[in-house]
Amino acid sequence: MAMQELPKKDFFAPLKAWKFLGKKPVTIEVPNKVKREASDRYRGFHINDWSKCIGCGTCSKICPTDAITMVEVPGLVQEDGKLPQRPVIDYGRCSFCGLCVDICTTGSLQMTREYIHVSDNAEDYIYMPTEKGLNAKRGIYEHGKAPIGWVKDKDSDLLDLERVEMPVEEPEVRVKSFMEIVKGYSKEQAMKEASRCVGCGICTYTCPAHMDIPQYIESIYKGNLEEGLQWLYRTNPLSMVCGRVCTHRCESVCSVGIRGEPVAIRWLKRYIIDSIPIEDYDRILNIRPEKKDKSVGIIGSGPAGLSAAYFLATMGYDVTIYEANGRPGGVMRYGIPRYRLPDEALDKDIALIEALGVKILVNMKVGQDITFDEIAKKHDAVFLSTGFGLGRSTRVPGTDHSNVKQALPMLKMIRDYLRGDGPKPPVPKKLIVIGGGNVAMDISRSMARLQTMEYGEVNVHTLSLERSYEEMPADMDEIEEALEEGIEFHPGWGPIEIVIENDEVKGARFKKCLRVFDENHRFNPQFDEGNQIFIEADMVIEAIGQAPDYSYLPQEIQEKLEFFRGRIKTNEYNQTAIEWLFAGGDIVHGPDIVHGVADGHAAAKGIDMYLSNK
Amino acid sequence: MGEVKLFFGPNHPGMNGNFSVHMYVEGDIVKKARPLPGFLHRGFEKLMERRYWYSNIALIPRICVPEPDINEACYAMGVEKIAKLDVPERAQWIRMIVLELTRIANHLMAVGGIGGPIGLYTAPQWGTADRDRILDIFEALTGARVYHMYIVIGGVRKNMTPKIEDMIWKTLDYIESRLPDYENLIFKNRILHSRLKGRLILTREQALEMGVTGVGLRATGVEYDVRKVDPYLFYDKVDFEIPTATEGDAFSRVYLKFKEIPQSIRIIRQALERMPQSDKVNVPVSKGSALRRIVPEGMAYVHIESTRGEYGFFVVSDGKNKPYRVAVRGASYPQGLYGIEKYLPGTRIEDVPIWLATMDVCAPEIDR
Repeated sequence: MAMQELPKKDFFAPLKAWKFLGKKPVTIEVPNKVKREASDRYRGFHINDWSKCIGCGTCSKICPTDAITMVEVPGLVQEDGKLPQRPVIDYGRCSFCGLCVDICTTGSLQMTREYIHVSDNAEDYIYMPTEKGLNAKRGIYEHGKAPIGWVKDKDSDLLDLERVEMPVEEPEVRVKSFMEIVKGYSKEQAMKEASRCVGCGICTYTCPAHMDIPQYIESIYKGNLEEGLQWLYRTNPLSMVCGRVCTHRCESVCSVGIRGEPVAIRWLKRYIIDSIPIEDYDRILNIRPEKKDKSVGIIGSGPAGLSAAYFLATMGYDVTIYEANGRPGGVMRYGIPRYRLPDEALDKDIALIEALGVKILVNMKVGQDITFDEIAKKHDAVFLSTGFGLGRSTRVPGTDHSNVKQALPMLKMIRDYLRGDGPKPPVPKKLIVIGGGNVAMDISRSMARLQTMEYGEVNVHTLSLERSYEEMPADMDEIEEALEEGIEFHPGWGPIEIVIENDEVKGARFKKCLRVFDENHRFNPQFDEGNQIFIEADMVIEAIGQAPDYSYLPQEIQEKLEFFRGRIKTNEYNQTAIEWLFAGGDIVHGPDIVHGVADGHAAAKGIDMYLSNK
Repeated sequence: MGEVKLFFGPNHPGMNGNFSVHMYVEGDIVKKARPLPGFLHRGFEKLMERRYWYSNIALIPRICVPEPDINEACYAMGVEKIAKLDVPERAQWIRMIVLELTRIANHLMAVGGIGGPIGLYTAPQWGTADRDRILDIFEALTGARVYHMYIVIGGVRKNMTPKIEDMIWKTLDYIESRLPDYENLIFKNRILHSRLKGRLILTREQALEMGVTGVGLRATGVEYDVRKVDPYLFYDKVDFEIPTATEGDAFSRVYLKFKEIPQSIRIIRQALERMPQSDKVNVPVSKGSALRRIVPEGMAYVHIESTRGEYGFFVVSDGKNKPYRVAVRGASYPQGLYGIEKYLPGTRIEDVPIWLATMDVCAPEIDR
């Protein structure tokens, strides 16, 4: 390339500069009066919408300059799914990269186009963003009026909103047997799912058992499952069960789930348990309690009873469980169908509890095989966890017929039959199930399986008062899977009568339900009497709720206890009005496995305090 | 007359940043020169090992302030090479546009920057003002004027809108219309000629021996440009030329930079025309949130052509969510350290800033 040569001297050369007189200047004055607005995407000062912000602290984790600290705000109450803390940004450190905005789980954190803030007070640069933004001194905009600059979009989003899909058995295959539907994550899938977690810990606050969820998910991410198991057993000895059938409230508040699908916390828990053989538990958990000379009796071996037994045993107490049925496990053994919770899973959890020295006496119905007073005399403290064993009835005409059944005894019969412990349950060709909760789903789907095995086709009609799938108390997964398996739903119908001809059930008549709850959120259904349907069936199963049975308690104990709507009132350590008597599970908090586990844990702590001071 | 020790640092308008040269001079002849880096050392390479793969994007542009995008591109391409990641085509074109825009901005600053050491003060005014037009584009596209933090692992952070494309077309037309003025006012100026022509010659052998790349090498007649010899992005799909010279002196180095501006404009125009429409400009390197995205085990060296020469990142991953090692090959390392020690003795004091300016010695990339 030719280099530029110096031109020959030219008399007129300096005059060339005159042409710039007519042009706009290349350099312009620093705009003092007219303030220069920043671009649409400008990364200026932060704003944070507190109504959206959940205090998860993910912004502070990604911050490359450690400029963001989470600070507890006095007066901000702890709600479900929110932490009472908000980010504080130190503009002396902030590099305005916007990563905090891009990773914000809720989208509450954004940046404005304000970029001028002048102050000689260093404190003015440490700032807790609110929805009004920084009160910038000598800024371009009035306080609270700065337009939005940098926001995240799908390209800059740093969260992973899509869950690793859980492999499940196809509906056509699974409806033919009681095989477990969910296959479980592989190592690779579990690692991928675990890497979606941001570790905020909001789940821990919401979980009734306060499980250390971020910690065990991180263990999976790091590939250290043994550490994960230790985290699980700190708060939940029924992790195997909870890993399959927990109501997973943790997932409903998961911060990743606000804009996307929540982290599959339940499946990750299950992955840890499924990956470690039971023989290794003793070595990993290494529970070597010092034996104490006090004993505790537990009535009922459901989730609360087993949980209390585990924690008491780890404290060194001598624990005996009295179980009325032939096998321990309560609702986990006799209520939840096998395709959701196989016996082997439960056995694994119970085996560990028994290995700790807990004695489980089966076929020991209190009030029949042993009296309550005998138990009370034998032990220093007693824990009641008898659950909700009785079914409720709609009490419409015809429900006293022998082919109108209750869901719980039917589920028990089916499980006993599948284990070879009992006779085959009656399988109707056409079935009506009344109810919209998880038990209604369980019985509908169980019967659908039996029908397929018996007749090769499904004919189950499930009717509920609630008028939509969203209103129904059952989990959406359950409803979706039931639909796939061929169950017909009729939401928004209330029963009028069971039609019986020649002493045989012919079906049932229903009327349209207009509303379930009144303005005060109390159960008070209203019907349209003119809108009725008839559905044919040879059997009707009611699954509209369960109730406790306190008949085993002596009269004087019942009189001393305090009840509220059929549940026993306790203090925070699950202690009842009688100081040596503790209670937990369904009879205190209503039906929920993980609540039972939490009650067991709390009661164990309470019993320990009571017995230590005695 | 005895030897005098002279400190030549940021106090001089010709010095690039926080860097200094200690000189022993006799009269105005340099007898010995010693570069003194260290004032800017922030330990970038080590700091990167403590941060997530994604949060490093806030740190890397700082390795070279006037030309941040080359760092971002090298880092991102290094990680993508290890992870064998398919970057969306549109994102690759956008990267090319960003890299060429920053090249123009940097060359404008270099052409302006030569005004400082030689006392031609129109050049800095023009260079800086016209560079600002490109910074306006960056502000609209990336959200910031200097530290763009825009080219990220897996693509770019946000898509280019038609409004920004339009802005680029218009700015390119403007810059192109300004080039004859630059030529007339600066490169036909007597001051520039008498101060730069035939001064500070670096021969081909010397350049090759030290490992000088970029205009320092091209001014000696070697047509070495990573965009041509080992094309990355889509540089093999666009037409452009590599200006070279044979003189090897300070003037040819500056003039080559100026001559690269129209070539970059050519590349950007082709990229804007050929860039496919797509609303996807980013893919994650692995599943998970940015806190836990992992890069598979492996290592990669990626080099690209910066305005100062070959710029490279060596990235090592041990399969975790943070880098195991990131090493940077700063393009001005040879001429900024060895060159000063070896080739400044014998020149005059006023030549020292000219060396620094025409060789584009960038202090933070030596001091990383």
